[in-house]
Amino acid sequence: MSTDTEVPCYKKSALEFKSSSFSAPVLVIHTTELKQIKHQLKEKLAQAPEFFKNSPLVLDLKCCNENGKSLDLEALIKFLHAENLLPIGISEASEEQQSIAIKFHIPIHTVRGAHPDTNKLNSNNIPDNKTGKINTQAINTLENKLISQPVRSGQRIYAKGDLTILSHVSAGAEIMAEGNIHVYGALRGKALAGVQGDTQSRIFCSVLQAELVSIAGHYKTSEDLDKLDLHQATQIYLQDQALIINNL
Amino acid sequence: MARIIVVTSGKGGVGKTTTSAAIAMGLAKKGHKTAVIDFDVGLRNLDLIMGCERRVVYDFVNVINGEASLRQALIKDKRCNQLFILPASQTRDKDALTQEGVGKVLDDLSKEFKYIVCDSPAGIEKGANLAMYFADDAFVVTNPEVSSVRDSDRMLGILASKSRRAEKGEEAIKEYLLLSRYSPKRVKLGEMLSVEDVQDILSLHLLGVIPESKSVLNASNSGTPVILDEESSAGQAYVDVVARYLGEDVPHRFIDEEKKGLFGKLFGRK
Repeated sequence: MSTDTEVPCYKKSALEFKSSSFSAPVLVIHTTELKQIKHQLKEKLAQAPEFFKNSPLVLDLKCCNENGKSLDLEALIKFLHAENLLPIGISEASEEQQSIAIKFHIPIHTVRGAHPDTNKLNSNNIPDNKTGKINTQAINTLENKLISQPVRSGQRIYAKGDLTILSHVSAGAEIMAEGNIHVYGALRGKALAGVQGDTQSRIFCSVLQAELVSIAGHYKTSEDLDKLDLHQATQIYLQDQALIINNL
Repeated sequence: MARIIVVTSGKGGVGKTTTSAAIAMGLAKKGHKTAVIDFDVGLRNLDLIMGCERRVVYDFVNVINGEASLRQALIKDKRCNQLFILPASQTRDKDALTQEGVGKVLDDLSKEFKYIVCDSPAGIEKGANLAMYFADDAFVVTNPEVSSVRDSDRMLGILASKSRRAEKGEEAIKEYLLLSRYSPKRVKLGEMLSVEDVQDILSLHLLGVIPESKSVLNASNSGTPVILDEESSAGQAYVDVVARYLGEDVPHRFIDEEKKGLFGKLFGRK
């Protein structure tokens, strides 16, 4: 792995897998009426045609699936393609819709942690006409999270700000934060800080026995961590694209 | 209102049914009217452990489907008149259980019983989920080995998120640890996780340590809950567990190796 300068590079590799997060506009569908969707979408697109041209898009079908009717997903995808939009994912889809999505090579996303307020997100995603950038300022209000119970194997916790765990994190659990992560017990699961790309975020824990630690997509697995033999309070941070792990 | 106890573990073969039978009998012997329900539809075992397999006429699924009344399906234990068994169906599968159906049966039982013990099947699928969904207390049965501990940990995560109490935002299910098949000798040899090792991962309220004992198998074979075997260490351990659950202050036993008597020390017998 090239994320670390401390571990010598044995072979120069041609590629690497990295975990990273990107933001993409989410299109929340509220109705199954295709005509209505088409009409309103055209209107929206007309407001900022350049911005939406070839824009990636994640479809959220939660609201439209709630009333029991089914949406003609195939027609919708074809329409989006015709409008030069590129659906790159679909969430909250029914089984039937999932198989249609796969047919069109669109990956299925499962919603992690808390479902964001989709309505709010939608309105915030309307581009600022001057800069053409998505106005995400309003979404990034700090939402810290405190967990006082042990995080059990199989549980996933996501914090939009800092994440503080007063107990331990079991092997097989996953904790993620857009900010820092503090674990005041043993960290045995996976911990991913700065998942939205904040390279300044850090991970702190009392005992580091993690399966994986990651900051802004730069990660180390337990194989690398075992060599370090850490049994005391530890911090992990990013410096010049390398994960630095040291005792506190 | 009854207190609903789920006996669960995630992993199979750790002693859930043995524990369900023992604690149900223990609670009943203390004078509390208790029902024990087998949720393992299709792999029914509780009736064997309780020694009532030849008296099963109607089962849990019949009651859910309205084919029999609760009164018809409940089997009264011959050893203790406060204990009733609701057996599982052997010819159906877990899909025969519905949340509404199970909820209705538990509601009806709650009116009459003080404690309802739900014997959960292994796994984290429908049967196990329904067994724990309505619970007030959870007895997590764990063996001192890594896979069992990991599965229990997973189960605890599910208890914390997918139960009725969690969904309604009520006070969380009370979780208790029961460490079964424990052998202090093997812990000493490093072949088995110690109580501390397990607690390091699970950090739960320890309700009791059940020592590995031949009497458990004998009791199962003869259809007598092991708690009735007062001679055996496992039976005594379950008596302690029930007492602790009911709030009595009973010191823990069977965690350390039994000290050799003076005779043993003098002659170095093993």
